[in-house]
Amino acid sequence: MQTFSSPYSSADDKSAGAGDAADAIVPRMKILVIEDDLEAAAYMSKGFKEAGIVVDHASDGESGLFMASENSYDVMVIDRMLPRRDGLSVISELRKRGVNAPVLILSALGQVDDRVTGLRAGGDDYLPKPYAFSELLARVEVLGRRKGTPEQDMVYRVGDLELDRLSHEVKRAGKEILLQPREFRLLEYLMKNAGQVVTRTMLLENVWDYHFDPQTNVIDVHVSRLRSKIEKDFEKPLLKTIRGAGYMIKDEG
Amino acid sequence: MSLKSWLTRFRPRPSRASASAASMKTAPGIPRNGGRLRLMFSSTAVRLSAIYILLFALCAALLVIYVTAMSERLLAQQTRRTIEEEALDIDRAYDRGGVNLVLRIMERRSRQPGANLYVIAGPNGEILAGNVASLQPGVLDEQGWTGMPFTYQPYAEMGATRRHTATASVLRLDNGLRVLIGRDLGDPSRFRGIVQQALMVALAIMGLGALVIWFGIGRNALRRIDRMSAASQKIMAGDLSQRLPVGRSGDEFDRLSESLNAMLGRIEKLNEGLRQVSDNIAHDLKTPLTRLRNKAADALGEDREDVRRVSLEGIIGESDQLIRTFNALLMISRVEAGSIAAELSDIDLSAISADSAELYEPVAEEAGLSMHTEIDPGLIVHGNRELIGQAIFNLLDNAIKYAVGASQEPQIWVRLRHAEGSLKLSISDNGPGVPAERREDVTKRFFRLDESRSKPGTGLGLSLVEAVMELHGGALELSATDEANTEAPGLTVTMVFPQIRR
Repeated sequence: MQTFSSPYSSADDKSAGAGDAADAIVPRMKILVIEDDLEAAAYMSKGFKEAGIVVDHASDGESGLFMASENSYDVMVIDRMLPRRDGLSVISELRKRGVNAPVLILSALGQVDDRVTGLRAGGDDYLPKPYAFSELLARVEVLGRRKGTPEQDMVYRVGDLELDRLSHEVKRAGKEILLQPREFRLLEYLMKNAGQVVTRTMLLENVWDYHFDPQTNVIDVHVSRLRSKIEKDFEKPLLKTIRGAGYMIKDEG
Repeated sequence: MSLKSWLTRFRPRPSRASASAASMKTAPGIPRNGGRLRLMFSSTAVRLSAIYILLFALCAALLVIYVTAMSERLLAQQTRRTIEEEALDIDRAYDRGGVNLVLRIMERRSRQPGANLYVIAGPNGEILAGNVASLQPGVLDEQGWTGMPFTYQPYAEMGATRRHTATASVLRLDNGLRVLIGRDLGDPSRFRGIVQQALMVALAIMGLGALVIWFGIGRNALRRIDRMSAASQKIMAGDLSQRLPVGRSGDEFDRLSESLNAMLGRIEKLNEGLRQVSDNIAHDLKTPLTRLRNKAADALGEDREDVRRVSLEGIIGESDQLIRTFNALLMISRVEAGSIAAELSDIDLSAISADSAELYEPVAEEAGLSMHTEIDPGLIVHGNRELIGQAIFNLLDNAIKYAVGASQEPQIWVRLRHAEGSLKLSISDNGPGVPAERREDVTKRFFRLDESRSKPGTGLGLSLVEAVMELHGGALELSATDEANTEAPGLTVTMVFPQIRR
């Protein structure tokens, strides 16, 4: 059981995704990483720190369970295969003890049925190994922010862009924009996580409900279509491409 | 010896049964004769048949006892009625002609063969006349029907030791004389004896038959179990191609053997698949790993910052490709292993097809080709939405990738229809197609038609589609989109799903 202080302190070799995302971070999110591979844990901790996230680390299931019960975390990242106590049993035990912080499961077994069992055990999100750190960071931030974004908000606003979830109307600067149903859901998901990086996999999961790596540029084509609709007649860009990570909708002010 | 004690003698004792099971384990081929007998009695079939026989015998015995009792009662009633009638006759004769007439009638009647008992006794019970030498004392005291049978000695057998039993009606005349008219009970008890004898014979035959059947079942079953355990010993020793013997009768043993054989077949196939996957991994991942290593070495030896950056980016790209390949391989082997089968449910194939077409439509448009969809609504299959989705994505990816190279205006078609008891989802392009003789190969892992590998891809896309179709009990069919067009016949890949059984 230890808290990592990153052995790499220089900031210039950080990945593009993590760097860009760092600008959008609300400071002082506190997360727990339960991961037995020390090298992977060090890499993760370093990335999270650069993104302004405080990281505690446990290297086996039992100590992870102890730390998670003793402290309060915004998000927990739990590896599925852990020494001394299996990741899934850690999660179900935590849920039994009333620890409700969102959990992201990391697993080398990244297949459809594993994902389902992981989520059934009480996980909130599932990321198969190997993963790009930018993907992990984006997901952790969305999970950590989840409780801050009330689901009952009926209107999402980013700058002069407005999305009404009830009437399905989208307006920019008061002017109505017509969207296809799928485009509406795409924009809805982006705006729900405004200011945060949303990866292509996350979009495929949440807009199309498929849980695998899209591998081709399908998502990009849909995003660029959406972008042309919401930005065509306006000067200020809202929907940004984050290189090596995904997309983010944000009003630069 | 009674049937019951005979059965209890053979009742299997648990300790013996387990001892014989142990002896089978050590020497499955040559069970000793005593062990064989004990084994037979511990077998379920034999135990069950013994219980059935016991129950049947019990029921039969009860039935016979009941029937005997009933007929005895009937006989007794009949006897009583005739005797009482006779007593009435005598009584009337006495009224008409006094004692003399009574004596005459009784004398005549007692001479007939198989005659009833006739006694005239004095007021104190001393026998005055009749065909009876002596009576059980007290019989003449009560008037009317004697409830219980009594013993007597007939006149003809005076001095003999054999005792007879009878029932009778006693009549008291005005002058104090008593008249007894009775019937010997020898007949009813002989009848009972016959019935009992018949029952014993029937039971004996039944028991003998049961024993024969018992022996037959036990021996036959045991021999087959011996053969099965011998075969499973060989399988355990590592010969997975061995199968359990299956007879022609189609009984429980054959069905068990058949399902065990099916299980063995599946295990063998999985084993084979696993070996093939690891061979492929070893063989086909070496190339990209070598490339990766070379690029890393290049980057290390490069002094210029921008060139090194390009090399490093190439390394990341190469690693991503490797990861994709790994994921695809894992996915295929998981699908082939069928472990996902538990997650199958009824899903709307029409909706999935429409969703996928909608997802890829802008991609196709971007690539400069047109997409046509003809999807019949509301077609349901039993399957896994994720896997079918991914399979369709792979096919659409391929179709777009290869149609773009076509000379005339590139097009793709997505069609879903119900035909001949199955659901056919086909994705067609009008690209260069696949020559008929190579169509077998394209679903092989890492097989790529384009030897130069100029188009991106893992060479695993169609393998996954095929594995997904196999998991769903369907098939994958490849054909030319337009046979007549030799320039660009195109490729049509059809996923054939079995129609859901209601």
